Amino acid sequence: MGWLVFALGVWAGGWWLNHVLAHRPKTRLTRLAVPVIFGVTILVIWEAVVHGLEISPILLPPPSQIAVTFAAKTDILWEDFVQTVIKGALTGYVIGCGAAFLIAVAIDRFPFLQRGLLPVGNFVAALPIIGMAPILVMWFGFDWQSKAAVVVVMVFFPMLVNTVQGLQDTNAMQRDLMRTYAAGYWMTLLKLRLPAAMPFIFNGLKIGSTLALIGAIVAEFFGSPIKGMGFRISTSVGQLALDLVWAEIAVAAMAGSAFYGGIALLEKAMTFWHPSQRGRT
Amino acid sequence: MRNAVPILTVVCTLLVIWYAAAVWLNAPWAYNKAERAGIELNFTDLVSDTWSQDKPKLPAPHQVGAEIWKTTGDMVLNGRGFSKRSLIYHSWVTFSATALGFVLGTGLGIALAIGIVYNRTMDMSVMPWVIASQTIPILAIAPMIIVVLNAVGISGLLPKAMISMYLSFFPVVVGMVKGLRSPAPMQLDQMRTWSATPAQTFWRLRLPSSMPYLFASLKIGMAASLVGAIVGELPTGAVAGLGARLLAGSYYGQTIQIWSALIMAATLAAILVGLIGVLQRIILKRMGMA
Repeated sequence: MGWLVFALGVWAGGWWLNHVLAHRPKTRLTRLAVPVIFGVTILVIWEAVVHGLEISPILLPPPSQIAVTFAAKTDILWEDFVQTVIKGALTGYVIGCGAAFLIAVAIDRFPFLQRGLLPVGNFVAALPIIGMAPILVMWFGFDWQSKAAVVVVMVFFPMLVNTVQGLQDTNAMQRDLMRTYAAGYWMTLLKLRLPAAMPFIFNGLKIGSTLALIGAIVAEFFGSPIKGMGFRISTSVGQLALDLVWAEIAVAAMAGSAFYGGIALLEKAMTFWHPSQRGRT
Repeated sequence: MRNAVPILTVVCTLLVIWYAAAVWLNAPWAYNKAERAGIELNFTDLVSDTWSQDKPKLPAPHQVGAEIWKTTGDMVLNGRGFSKRSLIYHSWVTFSATALGFVLGTGLGIALAIGIVYNRTMDMSVMPWVIASQTIPILAIAPMIIVVLNAVGISGLLPKAMISMYLSFFPVVVGMVKGLRSPAPMQLDQMRTWSATPAQTFWRLRLPSSMPYLFASLKIGMAASLVGAIVGELPTGAVAGLGARLLAGSYYGQTIQIWSALIMAATLAAILVGLIGVLQRIILKRMGMA
């Protein structure tokens, strides 16, 4: 009972603190502090509710236990991280996005292809491509190559569609200006259209970054060597070692956020001139 | 309709590539078989063999088409449209989880968006976490959610729908927040000069102007929720649903079955997203926005 009252108290306290902070003028500090307080509150409440309601740790381990497992099993977690994120997801991400980018530039030269491929690409981007995973695992074997292949297929179409759209995002006036400068196709591409496409390309890269992790992990459910995050999650669930599962999830969440955050930072550095970036401090 | 010719060209090219790839990928097995039987394969034999293997590496489109017809239309004609071997049955199972998850996700998304737009504290504390929640590969946790909910006594449709919900609420939140904030300051001032209550401002201005954003998000949410339902079916032990068909097919090397389940899932996605598109056109037209 005490734990539940404690949880309620923490909730009220955290909310009050955030309420006060949110109604003060926005500064960098409050912008950062408010979500952090919210997150910490959730964790404390989780811990308290698990103890208060005496939920079996087999069903929902408290955060403290997950942290202990995390610290104790860092070697396993690191091995899985390398196998899934570095070998599977990153390789596939680089190949998939790179190929999509090059093909998008090629498509852009031919309006016929553009009109044909764009609707098809849009359609494919909405399909449950993750279903390709078992087929690709069959083709490329159980190791990381098949995971990379799944990631390539998953990130390809969002990236393609975004890049093609981005390359069209110049208006007639700007293109005419390049013509008056006597700029050829490549010059126009390099100096005008690629920079103009950057926000779209980064949008595709961002969408791809979350898809890449999902693809690499889910592909492991269909067969993998005895390491990897997807493998560990599915076998640990079978052994009811949920603290290890949550530790893997924490790794996945951190990797995902770092991946996404890295691309967002890169975007900020490369498209600093764009209106959507200029407004922020 | 201007795009019909290019699209058809691209689709035909894809089909040609598919057939060619089928020959290429299945050729080793065809040669292997011919060698053991002691026959020399000429080109026609090779092609006809690679397009009609039982467990090909890549089944030819017509094989997949025949399998789909055998498990849908043919069964309906025989009056067994909902037998457990029929893809219609499996699609229905997946569809019901998708639909439930989609409805839950949309509801949660709209509720969160209203909270975020009207409450500054929620805006600052919840919104960053909504975005962060999507960098967590939720699909990875799917097996755990299903096992845990099973242990608590919740089984069947709901666990799968929960995963669909988690995937589909995000686009709705982001789209609706944008949409509810889309009225211009001038329009909001106008409502104030009419001394409209906050509720009136919401129902007469904010909600209607968020509709285009809502429908764009709903399309993404629907596709995401189908993916969620399919992945949610994987750990349930391959009982029913398109995801289960995928898993069973990959266990037994039944490539034709995998491909037919995949095409079925694609069709389902296309139909569902198309339905929302139709709904969008009708509703926006009635509201005078299209």
